[in-house]
Amino acid sequence: MSTTNTSNMDQTFDPQAAAEQREKRKKIIESSLAKRHRKEKTFRMFGFGAVITGLLFVALLFGSILAKGLPAFWQSSMTVPVFFDPAIIQIGPKPVQKEGESPAQFEERFIAWQTEMGMVDWDALIVNGIVKKAPEIANQSDELNSIYTSSESYRLRDMVMKDPSLIGKTQDFKILADANVDVWLAGNIDRSLPDEQQQLSPEVRQLADQLKADGVITNSFNTEIFKNPDSRSSPATSGLAGAFMGSLFMMLIVIVLSIPVGVASAIYLEEFAPKNWITDIIEVNINNLAAVPSIVFGLLGAAIFIGWMHMPLSAPVVGGLVLSLMTLPTVIITTRASLKAVPPSIRQAALGLGASRLQTVFHHVLPLALPGILTGGIIGVAQALGETAPLLLIGMSAFVANVPATPLDQSTALPVQIFLWQGNELRNFFEGRTAAAIIVLLALMIGLNSLAIWLRKKFEVRW
Amino acid sequence: MNLLLIGVLLAIIAIAYQVGLTKSRKLAGKGNNSAMLHSRPGYYGALVALWCGIPAFLILIVWNLVEPSIFQQVILNHVPERIRATLDPASTSVMVERVQALASGFGVSDTPAAYELAAAEQLKKIENIGSFAKLAVVVSAALIGLVMAKRRIAEKYRARNQVEKVLNVALALCSGVAILTTVGIVMSMFSEAMRFFSFVNPLDFFFGTEWNPGFSTSGSAEGSYGLLPLLWGTLMVSGIALLVAVPVGLMIAIYLAEYAKPSFRSWAKPAIEVLAGIPTIVYGVFALMVIGPFAKDLGAMIGLDINATSALTAGFVMGIMIIPFVSSLSDDIITQVPRALRDGSLGLGATKSETIRQVVIPAALPGIIGAFLLAASRAIGETMIVVLAAGNSPLLHINPLEAVSTVTITIVNQLTGDTDFASPQALVAFALGLTLFVITLGLNIVALYIVRKYREQYE
Repeated sequence: MSTTNTSNMDQTFDPQAAAEQREKRKKIIESSLAKRHRKEKTFRMFGFGAVITGLLFVALLFGSILAKGLPAFWQSSMTVPVFFDPAIIQIGPKPVQKEGESPAQFEERFIAWQTEMGMVDWDALIVNGIVKKAPEIANQSDELNSIYTSSESYRLRDMVMKDPSLIGKTQDFKILADANVDVWLAGNIDRSLPDEQQQLSPEVRQLADQLKADGVITNSFNTEIFKNPDSRSSPATSGLAGAFMGSLFMMLIVIVLSIPVGVASAIYLEEFAPKNWITDIIEVNINNLAAVPSIVFGLLGAAIFIGWMHMPLSAPVVGGLVLSLMTLPTVIITTRASLKAVPPSIRQAALGLGASRLQTVFHHVLPLALPGILTGGIIGVAQALGETAPLLLIGMSAFVANVPATPLDQSTALPVQIFLWQGNELRNFFEGRTAAAIIVLLALMIGLNSLAIWLRKKFEVRW
Repeated sequence: MNLLLIGVLLAIIAIAYQVGLTKSRKLAGKGNNSAMLHSRPGYYGALVALWCGIPAFLILIVWNLVEPSIFQQVILNHVPERIRATLDPASTSVMVERVQALASGFGVSDTPAAYELAAAEQLKKIENIGSFAKLAVVVSAALIGLVMAKRRIAEKYRARNQVEKVLNVALALCSGVAILTTVGIVMSMFSEAMRFFSFVNPLDFFFGTEWNPGFSTSGSAEGSYGLLPLLWGTLMVSGIALLVAVPVGLMIAIYLAEYAKPSFRSWAKPAIEVLAGIPTIVYGVFALMVIGPFAKDLGAMIGLDINATSALTAGFVMGIMIIPFVSSLSDDIITQVPRALRDGSLGLGATKSETIRQVVIPAALPGIIGAFLLAASRAIGETMIVVLAAGNSPLLHINPLEAVSTVTITIVNQLTGDTDFASPQALVAFALGLTLFVITLGLNIVALYIVRKYREQYE
C-alpha cells in the first residue's frame, strides 16, 4: 500500500486522465450494478417464492383433505316406519333369574334367549318398512336387502332385547344405505363401468336410483360416524367412537403421567440439581430422547410392557404409557424454558425474605411459569394424539368392534383408525371416511393448539 | 376392595394432616404466635400426613403384587397330583379362573369337580382372611405412622426441612425417569437384537444385500436378512426429502428473517409451522391419495413410468413435512448472527443478497448444518409416510420412481400381523430398531454439538 501511495504522489497529476479513468470505472460499476441489482431481485423473488410454496403446501394439504372428507359426513339414508310385527317376532318373555339358580346357570339361559332373538327375521321388518314408503317395489325384496346396510337389523334386535314392550308398535327409524349404494349414489364410482366391475347388480343399482328419485333415500348428515365403533360387516355404519375413546383414555394417561413427572423433573434440573456429570448426562439424554424416532418408543413398548411385563395387547394402557414416555422430553424441555424465563430477581426477593428454596420455587417461580408449562403440556398432548407408529407396534392396529369401556379393553386410536381405513378394500367408500377421520383428528389438534395459544396470550407475562 | 382401601387411606391421611396442623397450632399458643415454632403449622401437618401415607401405600403395593401368586398356590394345593401333572400354563389359568368364579358365588355353568369345590371353599376363606388382614395391616401402619409423627411434634422440631427433603427426593426421582427410558430403550433393543443375532450372523445382517426373511410359521431362521437394501431405501427417501426441504426451508428462513415485513412474518411463519404440527399419518394419506396419483398421471403425460407409491412420492411429501423444521431452526440461527456483521458488509457497498450470501450464511453455516442434520435424523426415523407411500420392495436399485422399502417400514411389517414374538422374523425388528436408534442418535449428538458450539460463538 505504502509504495503505491508514494509512487502516486511522485507522479504529476493529470486531471484529464483521472477524469477518464473515473468515467471508465463508473461505467464498469454501473453495468455491474445493474447486474447486481438484478441478482438481488431474483434472490428476493426466490425467497418470496419459497414462502409462497410453503403456504401453498399448507393450502393444498388442507384443501384436498377437506374436499375429500367433508362430503363423507353426509351419507345416503332413509327414514322408514318400522312395525315391530308380533307375527314375525315370535319369542318368549325375557328370562328372569329364578330363586336357587346360580348366576352361571342364569347366564346360560339368558344366552339361549338371546340366540332365539338372533333367529328372528329382523330384515323383514325393515323391508316391510321401506315397502310401506314405496309400495311399487313390493316384489323386489331380494334387491331391497342389499339396499340398506346389514347391521341395521342388529340395531332393531338390540332395541327389542332391551325393551320387549316395543313389539306391536310402529316407530320411525333412520336406516343407513349400504356402503356400495352410497358410493353409487354419490357418484364415487364410474357409472359407465361394465357390470362385472360394479359392486352392485344392475337390478340393485336401478332400484337405488329409483328410491333416490322417489325421495325415499336422501343424503343426510351422518351422526353415526361419531356414535359407532368400527365395523367390518357393515361399513356404512363404521364410526370413530371406539377410536375416540381409545385416544381419550391414552390422552388421560399421558396427562396424568407425563405432565406431573415432566414438570417435576424440569423443576429439579432447572432449580435444584447440582452441576455435576450426572446432571450433565441427564441433560444430554433428554435432548437426545426428544429426537429419538417415535417408532423406537413403540419397540420399547413391545419389548418391555408387552414382552416382559405381559400387559394386554391393543390396550390403551400400554399405548398411554408409551406415549407418555414419548412426550416426557417435550414437557421437560418446554417447562425448563418457561422456568428459565422467570427473572432471577423474583427468586432473590423470595430468598431474601427468608423463604426456603422449595418455597421460592413452589410459591413464586412456578405460578409465574405456569402459562408456559401449560402451553408445553398441551402441545405435548397434541403431539401424542397424532402419533401412529408406536401404537402399531403394540398391537393397536387390530380390528376392534366395540367401544372400550376401560383403558384395559382392546381399542384403536384415532390416527390408527385412519391407518386402518385407508387400507380398507372398499376404497371408494373408505377414502371419504379416511379423510373425514383426518378432519376430526385435525379439528381436535387445532382445538388443542388454539387453546395453548389462547392460554399463552392470556397469561403471558412480559418481563 | 383396593379402591375402598385407598379411599380409607386417603381419609386417614387427611385426618393426619389436620392432627399435625391442630397440634402445632396449639403449641404455638393462644395468640397463634407461629414464630414460636420452627416451621409453619402446615408443614407439621404435611409431615404427619407423609409419615402416615408413605409406609401404608408401600405395604399396599407389595401386598397386591404378592397376593395373586399366593392364591394360585392355594388353589394348586387342592388339585390332585394326577391332574396337576397334566396342567400346562393355559389350562392352569382356566382352572384358576373357574375356582375363582366358584368362590365368588358366580358359579360355573357345568358341575364342578369335587377338588374344585374344595379349593373354592378354601380360597373363599383365605380371600376373606386376606382382605381383612390387608385392611388391618395397612390401616394400622397408617395409624402407627400418624401417632409416631404426632408425638415428635415439638416447638423446635424441624418439620419443614423433613418435608422438603422428601419433596426433593421425589423431584430427583422424577428426573430419573428420562434416564430410565433411555436405559430401557437401549437394554430392550440390545437384548432382543442379541437374541436375533443368535439366529443370524451379524455380518450377514449388516452387510447382506438381500432382504427376504420368509414367514415366521416356518419356525426357522431361513431366509436372508440383509440390512443394506433397507438402509439404501431409507437414505434414498430421506435424500429426496432433504432435496425438497433444504432449499425451500432455507429460502423461507432467509426471506422471513431478512426481507419480510414484520406484519407479513407474523402470520406467514406460524402458517408454515402448521405443517410441523400435522400428524405424520395425515401426510401419509395425503401422499397416497393426492401426490401419488398426481405423480403417476404426470409421469404418464411425459411418458415416464412413475409408481403411485415410490421413493419419490414418499420423499417429496416427507420433504414438505420437514420444511418448517429446517426453516424455523435456520431462522433462529440467522437471526442470531450479530447485526454488526451485516452493517459492516452493507457499509462496504454490498447489496442485501450479497450480504446474506457472503456474510450471514457463512457466519451461520455451522448452525444451519446442525439444523440439516436434525432434519435428516427426523427424516430417517419417519415411519407413517413411508409405510403408506413408499411401497414395499426391498431391492437395491437406484430408480427413485420405483417402490422401495425402508428400515422403519420393515420394523412395522415384521412386528404387526401374526408373528411369533420369539421368531427371528420378529426379533429382526429390534436389530433394525437398534440400527435406527444408533444412526439418529449419532446425527443428533453431532447436530446438537454443532448448534451449541455455534451459540457460544456469538454469546
